[in-house]
Amino acid sequence: MTTLATRPTAYRPPSLLSVYAVRAGVELRTFMREREALVFIFAFPVLLLVIFGAVFGSQDVDGGVTFAQVFVAGMIASGLFTSSFQNLAISIPIERDSGALKRLAGTPMPRSAYFVGKIVLIAVIAAVQQVLLLTVGVLFYGLNLPSEPSRWVTYAWVSVLGVATCTLLGIAATSLVKNGKTAPAVISPIAIVLQFISGVFFVFSDLPSYLQTIASIFPLKWMTQGMRSVFLPDAYQAQEPTGTWEHGRVALVLGIWLVVGLFVAVRTFRWRNKADG
Amino acid sequence: MTDAAIRVTGLRKTYKGHAAVDGVDLEVERGEVFALLGPNGAGKSTTVEILEGYRRRDGGEVSVLGHDPADATAAWKSRIGIVLQRVDDLAQSSELTVREWVGAMAAYYPDPLPPDEAIELVGLRDKRDARASSLSGGQRRRLDVALGIVGRPELLFLDEPTTGFDPEARRQFWGLIESLAEAGTTILLTTHYLDEAEHLADRVAVINAGKIVEIGTPQALGGRANAAATVRWIGPDGPQRVTTDVPTKTVLELAARFDGEVPELVVERPSLEDVYLRMIGSPS
Repeated sequence: MTTLATRPTAYRPPSLLSVYAVRAGVELRTFMREREALVFIFAFPVLLLVIFGAVFGSQDVDGGVTFAQVFVAGMIASGLFTSSFQNLAISIPIERDSGALKRLAGTPMPRSAYFVGKIVLIAVIAAVQQVLLLTVGVLFYGLNLPSEPSRWVTYAWVSVLGVATCTLLGIAATSLVKNGKTAPAVISPIAIVLQFISGVFFVFSDLPSYLQTIASIFPLKWMTQGMRSVFLPDAYQAQEPTGTWEHGRVALVLGIWLVVGLFVAVRTFRWRNKADG
Repeated sequence: MTDAAIRVTGLRKTYKGHAAVDGVDLEVERGEVFALLGPNGAGKSTTVEILEGYRRRDGGEVSVLGHDPADATAAWKSRIGIVLQRVDDLAQSSELTVREWVGAMAAYYPDPLPPDEAIELVGLRDKRDARASSLSGGQRRRLDVALGIVGRPELLFLDEPTTGFDPEARRQFWGLIESLAEAGTTILLTTHYLDEAEHLADRVAVINAGKIVEIGTPQALGGRANAAATVRWIGPDGPQRVTTDVPTKTVLELAARFDGEVPELVVERPSLEDVYLRMIGSPS
């Protein structure tokens, strides 16, 4: 019992890396033990892929590809978006309501550690989900894995930049959500509408031009376009609004949203529920 | 005097024009168990959350372990432990085990207790590998305390720690708090239960409508120690009661009158509850 009140003379915090590793472990373990969330996050996009693929998959679309190929590319982008943005924007407010964030805020844990834990979690979820979607796409829907290294480079930066941007936007969005109960009602419609207008469920160039214009403001449209540039033949470029893959603009729009997300997240993140003052 | 664990002078906090804390002064010595009593909305939790660094004050001076909690640094936070009033994270979302929880929490502190030792201290050794969500309410509260003490705090905040406990669980919990106090931890406790304050606290402050009504030992609060006593017994004409400043004399007289045993003799001073209810202006 005498061990309780002894104190070190100078404050020597535990190494940042060790705290980051602990937080990553907490997030991953918690996620893997929550069966329902696990099934939802991994099975839902695959299920969508299977249903839409079965119904519309064999239809040819302009540009010499099947709808299934366009759709799989869209779902690959969409999976990155939902597993980061939608996941965090809904789960963080629930944690905030439960007092989990308040508890952490009362400890000497560096606050960055909480976000690092989330980022590691999202990275793992996104990676597993990508493997699932790519596997199902290749096996059942005629998705061609690119052979050129340059396309894999595109895949790498679009997915990393896309996940990073959507992760920060998801964290930023938690400030807009009053509490965990209302989070799904606020966030899910945003996510679903964006998926409909950003070239996931429909061929983007088939959408009315005003919807295309609206979608072009948001990141998901640029992520699906980036993924189409990876998985569809170059001939399909003609179907894109400007007739090219627009890699520069994909990077620019995602980059801008990344900065916006980072700024809003850092400035507005709350560790306590509003009802708690 | 400079070594006080907590020193508060003229603390004020206003919400939308309503003064939740309205000029509170108090001082908690190192090693002391200090209880803050008051009805709901009296300003207890607001005061405690300002001391914990969660809330900003609107006025007054606050020093906790020699630092202003408004500029809480990691070094300062490593010296305090916080057991919050209501947290559902253990119940709701936690698929982590007791050991994983305590182990993760220990990793945030510079010089923590070994997790198993903290678990042992709160009496959860048998539940070490159980998931937090499977614990009973009382066990979960013990885990809250384990999480609060694993960093070896000099000062521990306990905000209504035993609300919802059955009497046996409360007794056990009190034993835990006493052992922490014996080990030298300063404890600031808020509670609704007067018996809890009386049992655990060296001193008690009663707060009402944002102001401190009185600070004293539980035994002397509200002039209890010197208050008039009530002597009750059963006489030939039924129950009798006398209020007196000299109860010993009354009892001696009664003993003489009954020539020995006085039937159903009771001598009582006002209970802590009586003086508390009087202080907060509630009819007892």
